[in-house]
Amino acid sequence: MKDMSQIANAVETGTNKISARDVNVFYGDSQAIKGVDVEISNNTVTAFIGPSGCGKSTFLRCLNRMNDTIDICRVTGTIRLDGEDIYDKRVDPVQLRAKVGMVFQKPNPFPKSIYDNVAYGPRIHGLARSKSDLDEVVERALRRGAIWNEVKDRLYAPGTGLSGGQQQRLCIARAVATEPEVLLMDEPCSALDPIATAQVEELIDELRENFAVVIVTHSMQQAARVSQNTAFFHLGELVEYGETGQIFTNPQDPRTESYITGRIG
Amino acid sequence: MSDATQNPGQSAGNPIGRAGSLLTKNARTRRRNAAEKRFRLYGLTAIGIGLLMLIVLVTTIVGNGTGAFQQTFVTLKVDLLEAKLDKKGTRDIEAIKKVSTFGYAPLINGALQTYVTEHGIQTDLKPKAMGAILSKDTAAQLRDYVLENTDKIGQTLEFTFLANSRVDGYLKGRVTRDSIANDKNISAEQLDLVDAMIANGAIDKTFNLDFILGGDASDQRPEAAGIGVSMVGSMYMMLVVLALSLPIGVAASIYLEEFAPKNWLTDVIEVNISNLAAVPSIVFGILGLAVFINTMHLPMSAPLVGGMVLTLMTLPTIIISTRASLKAVPPSIRDAALGVGASKMQSVFHHVLPLAAPGILTGTIIGLAQALGETAPLLLIGMVGFVASNAPDSIVDGLMSPNSAMPAQIYEWAKRADPAFYERAWGGIIILLVFLVAMNTIAVILRRRFERRW
Amino acid sequence: MPLTWLILFLFALAALGFIAGRVRAVNSAGGDVRELHSLPNYYGWNVALTALVPALAVLVVWLFVQPLMIERSVSGMIPEELIPEGSQRSLVMSDVRRVAHGLDMAVRQGALSEDDASDIRAGFTDLRGRLADVGVALGSDVRPEVLSAAQRYRQLNATGTLWQSIIVAALALGGLTLAYTRTHKGFRARNVVERAILALLILAASIAVLTTLGIVLSMLFETRNFFGLHSWSDFFFGTTWAPNFRGDSELSILPLLWGTLYISFIALAVAVPVGLFAAIYLSEYASAALRSFAKPLLEILAGIPTIVYGMFALLTVGPMLVNFFGRGPDGVLGVDWMSGATSVLTAGVVMGIMLIPFVSSLSDDIINSVPQSLRDGSYGLGATQSETVRQVVLPAALPGIVGAVLLAASRAIGETMIVVMGAGAIAKFSLNPLESMTTITTRIVSQLTGDTDFASPETLVAFALGLTLFVLTLGLNILALYIVRKYREQYE
Repeated sequence: MKDMSQIANAVETGTNKISARDVNVFYGDSQAIKGVDVEISNNTVTAFIGPSGCGKSTFLRCLNRMNDTIDICRVTGTIRLDGEDIYDKRVDPVQLRAKVGMVFQKPNPFPKSIYDNVAYGPRIHGLARSKSDLDEVVERALRRGAIWNEVKDRLYAPGTGLSGGQQQRLCIARAVATEPEVLLMDEPCSALDPIATAQVEELIDELRENFAVVIVTHSMQQAARVSQNTAFFHLGELVEYGETGQIFTNPQDPRTESYITGRIG
Repeated sequence: MSDATQNPGQSAGNPIGRAGSLLTKNARTRRRNAAEKRFRLYGLTAIGIGLLMLIVLVTTIVGNGTGAFQQTFVTLKVDLLEAKLDKKGTRDIEAIKKVSTFGYAPLINGALQTYVTEHGIQTDLKPKAMGAILSKDTAAQLRDYVLENTDKIGQTLEFTFLANSRVDGYLKGRVTRDSIANDKNISAEQLDLVDAMIANGAIDKTFNLDFILGGDASDQRPEAAGIGVSMVGSMYMMLVVLALSLPIGVAASIYLEEFAPKNWLTDVIEVNISNLAAVPSIVFGILGLAVFINTMHLPMSAPLVGGMVLTLMTLPTIIISTRASLKAVPPSIRDAALGVGASKMQSVFHHVLPLAAPGILTGTIIGLAQALGETAPLLLIGMVGFVASNAPDSIVDGLMSPNSAMPAQIYEWAKRADPAFYERAWGGIIILLVFLVAMNTIAVILRRRFERRW
Repeated sequence: MPLTWLILFLFALAALGFIAGRVRAVNSAGGDVRELHSLPNYYGWNVALTALVPALAVLVVWLFVQPLMIERSVSGMIPEELIPEGSQRSLVMSDVRRVAHGLDMAVRQGALSEDDASDIRAGFTDLRGRLADVGVALGSDVRPEVLSAAQRYRQLNATGTLWQSIIVAALALGGLTLAYTRTHKGFRARNVVERAILALLILAASIAVLTTLGIVLSMLFETRNFFGLHSWSDFFFGTTWAPNFRGDSELSILPLLWGTLYISFIALAVAVPVGLFAAIYLSEYASAALRSFAKPLLEILAGIPTIVYGMFALLTVGPMLVNFFGRGPDGVLGVDWMSGATSVLTAGVVMGIMLIPFVSSLSDDIINSVPQSLRDGSYGLGATQSETVRQVVLPAALPGIVGAVLLAASRAIGETMIVVMGAGAIAKFSLNPLESMTTITTRIVSQLTGDTDFASPETLVAFALGLTLFVLTLGLNILALYIVRKYREQYE
């Protein structure tokens, strides 16, 4: 929605972190995102909801320039992180992604040990001076990922040997270990069973303390449970954006209402 | 952000910490980007090396081999003197046969002598030395002509003879006046004569069809050697390979893909086939020698045996590609056939097999191309020891009588010491590669034309 | 060619049977094909196959067995004293066969009558000259024992062939009659035909196993003969390869194995880095355009026959290396380390070039099967592309790549033409890559080409070498295929 007053109402939980203006994304000739404007705040969980193929994941991947890895993808408009345009020619996507971490739909631990999985980011970014430093970073990350107690005795076992929910929390710990400022989560629970989902959701709420969290989900219940702000995407457009409670109880746009009541999607 | 201040990253020199602006690349990022560039460069270099090798290989082959398609010929008027060839003048074939090849050499040398005088060429060479610029086979060639055309005796006719390989090399730049210093086959005076004859148009380099169609020649006459007969040998082998490997390969694939129950026996066969595809080709040669020649007493050097050995070698390739094409036919086709009451056998032969045919054909052609270029097993069953100079008369003869094959003939030439044979070998490679490229192109076209996406 | 006629007869009979069977089936249903159990053609096929298959099978077996039987019976006729010192019964037998063949030729060309051929005596006529006239050259004059053995050989052969024709033809006719009489509308022709076809399919599939069995048995058999003549401990543990004709050859595989492994090592040292980096670039970095252009071009290298690489080694790379490392002051480097074009380095480098596309296309497949989610995970953490490749993709693909390298190694060990032409013939242990060395495959070729005497250890050693080579490459292949399969299962 272009109505900025609404956004102003919604932002109470933190200061502004990311602001996107008139973002368009093209895959070859087809346009996947049409003129999206969004503000994302610190210490807030922002949820992107909408039916499949509405562009919510595509937009999420614009925020840390993961779309750069797809040849035919083209992004226009501005996305600012702390006031700096992340699509500026001078910006190195590698440096950006260190600040804007990401967790994916399917848990994707590397075929390495649990320890090496978490230490991977700190190692490539040079965050630890010594082995003991690194141990500390890994432990902190695993604690923040709420998985330390489960794996502390088998840090050197392969990460692929964990259960699905544990793997996803390991991936979150891995993302947290590089000390990002924003954490993007692309349907992090879609491959998990309900118990694991509950654990991850609880974790997301804790993560809000330290990061700006953006989560894509197609479960409206999940959005309602974990997020403070919600953006509803439909056919590549941002239909409505506001405080979660308001979106679910008092949607302004008829399309949002149709989706929430289950008539589209 | 509460934790950020104590984050160990902050203490580690110059990290990506939040202090830094995104717009400036920090030292570590620059370093990492440099590593990234280097890594890309390694990859590009590797591809470059591969492509460079291909270019070097192709230019070497073309550069060294094209010469074989041209040959130097000498055009001479030869007096078929009745006094020498048929003293009694009876034209009795038996009497003319009595004149041996040696009796013809003076006629040719005389023709050269006449030529030199007529054109006012200065040379100190004796007639015999002049004759040495021609192929060693010239006299025999003339004799054969006379024996077939006894009525021509007494006339003066124009003949085109093969020049000696050294003269040929001189015209092609392989032999130079410097390089012949220690060569007793040719002298500088002879090259002077050659130069003069070139100026007068008696020596010329033209396209050499005999290289493509002819048979091998002895060590002494590289100029007369051709690859044609071994090409026929290769062709007969390919016939055998096609006639055996296609039906057997397709039948085996149909069984394994469509009918075989899942049990240990099928597993054994499958593991067997995938391993056979990687067995060194020379091992198939040993098998052929031991089974076909030592046990079954089939003739050595016969294209039939060569074809059978290559069949065993090609079968795994054909089976693997045929099974892939059968697998690509969706199960719905089989279900549809079974659903209207066809038997399993009918559904396979009426529906699956025709749909898989283009893929099977493509795989077969590629397998044949592989067999066509194979040399090692042929060495062991004697397809190099014997070198045929005549094309076989009939199909049975072609299958059973000793012959060579293109790659074996090339190997044979490469082993001979004379550089003139090296040229033949490279030329042979060009012909072999033309066949392979043609076969692979057909395979690609077939695949493109009939490829189905289900 | 009575055999050709016999086979033609069988097929003609089968064709006849097809028509007859079909007609009889249709008639038995009173012309209404809907009354038949199977389609009319199946009745035809049933008759045709019953006539053809058993007869053909018997014929094939007969063709194998008859020469063996005759050989045994005739070779008994040759007295012990006729076998020259140091020679073998089989050599005399090949003389017998050649004389018999010559007599056949003579009869066919009209130089001898059939009676003459059976009654001729070596002493009275110049048999050698007469056989030479019909195109059969004999090394020496024909001895009476050999001649009579040859005549016996011809006679047995003629009888055998006659009976072969009679029995096979009778079998075919019997099959035809049996199937024909069984043909009526209720007969389940389709089931019978389908069972027969299935049996043929199984037969075709088992040829692969028979080939392996043939390889193993033929080599085992000759290797056993070899170890009967030569000590196995010298073969496996000796240090010298020096075949000679005095009968005290030293035939040890170790120097050959060393040459083989050294050359393969150099080949892999060229092919693995180049092939692997090319695969990484093609699968991770290259644009679609570059990929569609470079990949097929690289694969051309794999389609070039090995004889071409052999020529390239012998006539291009070898002389070029000599130019660098040899010729003393005339050479590029002014050193004299290399004397001839054949060397370990020559063969190794050229073999490496040949293996580049092999390694790169296998690794390309394997790298491509590493799931994209792993790459995304790494990029998402802010890794550069090369960090992702080196620290995530390659470790994940490692087992597969190891498998590919093992397959390449097995190719290198079994490669023949490049080493025959580029490596040389000197068996020794040396670390100098500029020296000529020889390999297992090279020795197999040289021991089995030219004049071979299958009773001497110098020839038979080739089978022992072949068996070792087979076991070695088979082991590598099985290991490699196992690793690659395990690797693929991991990501499926």
